[in-house]
Amino acid sequence: MFDFSIITHWIHQALTSLMPEGLAILIECVVIGVCIILMYALLAIVLIYMERKICAFFQCRLGPNRVGKWGTIQVICDVLKMLTKEIIDLKHSDRFLYNLAPFMVIIASFLTFACLPMSKGLEVLDFNVGVFFLLAASSIGVIGILLAGWGSNNKFSLIGAMRSGAQIISYELSIGLSILTMVVLMGTMQISEIVAQQADGWFIFKGHIPAVIAFIIYLIAGNAETNRGPFDLPEAESELTAGYHTEYSGMHFGFFYLAEYLNMFIVAGIAATIFLGGWMPFHIVGLDGFNAVMDYIPGFIWFFGKAFFVVFLLMWIKWTFPRLRIDQILNLEWKYLVPISMVNLILMVLIVVLKLHF
Amino acid sequence: MNNIRFIAPTDLHDEMLRLRQEEQMDFLECLTGMDWGEPDEKDAPDTPRGLGVIYHLESTVTGKRTVVRTASLNREHPELPTVSDIWKAADFNEREVYDYFGIIFIGHPDMRRLYLRNDWVGYPMRKDDDPEEENPLRMDNEETIDTTTELELNPDGTLKNKELKLFGEEEYVVNIGPQHPATHGVMRFRVSLEGEIIQKIDANCGYIHRGIEKMCESLTYPQTLALTDRLDYLGAHQNRHALCMCVEKAMGIEVSDRVKYIRTIMDELQRIDSHLLFYACLAMDLGALTAFFYGFRDREKILDIFEETCGGRLIMNYNTIGGVQADIHPNFVKRVKEFIPYLRGIIHEYHEVFTGNIIAQERLKGVGVLSREDAIAFGATGGTGRASGWACDVRKRIPYGVYDKVDFKEIVYNEGDSWARYMVRMDEIMESMRIIEQLIDNIPEGTYQEKMKPIIRVPEGCYYSAVEGSRGEFGVFIESHGDKTPYRVHFRSTGLPLVSTVDTISRGAKIADLIAIGGTLDYVVPDIDR
Repeated sequence: MFDFSIITHWIHQALTSLMPEGLAILIECVVIGVCIILMYALLAIVLIYMERKICAFFQCRLGPNRVGKWGTIQVICDVLKMLTKEIIDLKHSDRFLYNLAPFMVIIASFLTFACLPMSKGLEVLDFNVGVFFLLAASSIGVIGILLAGWGSNNKFSLIGAMRSGAQIISYELSIGLSILTMVVLMGTMQISEIVAQQADGWFIFKGHIPAVIAFIIYLIAGNAETNRGPFDLPEAESELTAGYHTEYSGMHFGFFYLAEYLNMFIVAGIAATIFLGGWMPFHIVGLDGFNAVMDYIPGFIWFFGKAFFVVFLLMWIKWTFPRLRIDQILNLEWKYLVPISMVNLILMVLIVVLKLHF
Repeated sequence: MNNIRFIAPTDLHDEMLRLRQEEQMDFLECLTGMDWGEPDEKDAPDTPRGLGVIYHLESTVTGKRTVVRTASLNREHPELPTVSDIWKAADFNEREVYDYFGIIFIGHPDMRRLYLRNDWVGYPMRKDDDPEEENPLRMDNEETIDTTTELELNPDGTLKNKELKLFGEEEYVVNIGPQHPATHGVMRFRVSLEGEIIQKIDANCGYIHRGIEKMCESLTYPQTLALTDRLDYLGAHQNRHALCMCVEKAMGIEVSDRVKYIRTIMDELQRIDSHLLFYACLAMDLGALTAFFYGFRDREKILDIFEETCGGRLIMNYNTIGGVQADIHPNFVKRVKEFIPYLRGIIHEYHEVFTGNIIAQERLKGVGVLSREDAIAFGATGGTGRASGWACDVRKRIPYGVYDKVDFKEIVYNEGDSWARYMVRMDEIMESMRIIEQLIDNIPEGTYQEKMKPIIRVPEGCYYSAVEGSRGEFGVFIESHGDKTPYRVHFRSTGLPLVSTVDTISRGAKIADLIAIGGTLDYVVPDIDR
């Protein structure tokens, strides 16, 4: 398996040989930041195109097929359009909060995105409490949504933001518990370590029953975290027109839109990392020939393959199910998911203590 | 006119109460405001004069129907007692009459205009009113009024204005509409919320009011036909069928069997079309976008069939007085016979993707329960009434077309909730297909258009006829004075009673439930505003 840290080390050495170390690190940080933003934008374009095509096929349509071959340039055109649109100033809105909100959402999304291990040696943020950092960073987004709802001085936005607050904060519990369940099994919170541990089998296989339960709970709660159907109440277009981002236009709206898609990818990426082995190829203990063949496939293909598989699952759910109602959403979380997660956590502890896992 | 019993305004309330209680006239079918002009010396003794109201009543127990009228000769301050405490349906209808004729209903709790702007001058349906003169195009916005007035009669005969508050200062009032994706047109609900829970709803209509009834008064009978398609655009054939039937009944024309068969088949195709759209839009309102496309995909096929025969897809302009515009297209029978097995074969997909979905069921079951009594009191006919256990199908009550010759079930559910309203429509699609199957092979030969005089004059009198529209009883009331234009045309809206129930059945529900309720009530706004 190719290790990207060779390249990064080489760049680091080349830079430090030319200039003082502080400056070299500064330049590296800037370059990495730019790379992340580019990657982020690129992924958003891919995801939006993917969603349009997949939803079209679910709905017996063709989807975009006019601009470029199979409509491939359509999303790029839409991005350009979005960039050139006017950003409207609202009367009677809280200007500061209103303008701050989209940046809060997008910063939270960036921070979480930087945690994803794309391939071997390609972890940007990697330290011993990586999972905690990931959960903490992803929670900042809800502040942006609440600010957007409050700052726009619109009743629909406010209702949407309140719904969103209630929903995201509730479902964070399930996400936390299901990841905690996996932390018990993994014994570490460092993301590179988590992936490395799955060399002899992904955690979803190692942890068998409780891991599968945690995976399902994580998918449901992750879907709710990203405000996507059937949990898209904060922006339920048939009830609240567009919910918390009703009053936003141009690239401010674009940030919300980008963050929504990337959050979906982040949820899928974390699921891929924690449950499905991240960039780790599919290994079966004992079959060395098979494992060697699998190792020839580069790590980032494994990672993106898994992440996009989970993204497809999320889209499948979105384009099949109707929307839930706010009380049903909270019922589902507090009466079903949280108790199940807690029992699941105990089950996992027992399995780890009794060494019943693989 | 002679067959309508006159009741003096002073006796009206007592007499209506007697009819309601003793003769069990619990269904106020139609309430029509009238302007019969000022008394003239040459009048015959029974000539109606003044500003008045015609009430069409029906008993759901005995099936008896009766028509009564009342009138006030005072043109400055016409006052009539309200019947809104007897029939809830009168609430909105009396507001409509107040709006158009300026008749004040004493004791009505909410005497506001229903359709026109609050700053409208005059009462446009009065024969001596010129709406254009005092109502220029206003460039300012309409003020929203938070209070309403109820007029009470003091013992000495003077009027007392009682001001009622619609919404208080401290209430959190949200406008759902007029531009809102879930109101299916330009309907405006002012909703008072406590968190997510609905406390009160005030329905504001009139955003697509075109004055169709007023326009009809200056058009000849064949010209008025074109406007009916624009009322409930998902029941264009049925609406036009009702008006043609009413004129034909008045003139004593018997259309050929071929025309009856064609009209019945078209009505049922239209019903399937409307119910498919209902399914699609309800699913979209609840967030199931895939189901939305299923409904629209199959509705296209019906529109194609319509297009081939009628030339139009939405506004068909097909029925005419004495027949239909053109004979059916040679492909018509073949395509209808292809379509029905196709839909039968594919409708299981609808149930798989939406009906069987647990979220859809949870969202609809037990939501917005309309009791049978309320359904009758509001006059909420059609699928909504039948979901509440009221067998109100005009096709069974007063058969027209060839409905008396075909075998079909009237779908009735008893729960009265949104789920029942949904299931009624889904089952009715199947029944409509059965009706078409029985007719499509047996369309008799004959003329598709009776020979009519070039100028159609309807004999003097009052006529009412109704059809089962896609979403309830659609009635047409014509009063003719023997001219080539009608003296007064009133359309019994299918949607207005449905909208008037919204406040009652949504209180205590969530905002999301309002969307489900609105979706399953299945109102079409142009039909409400007319």
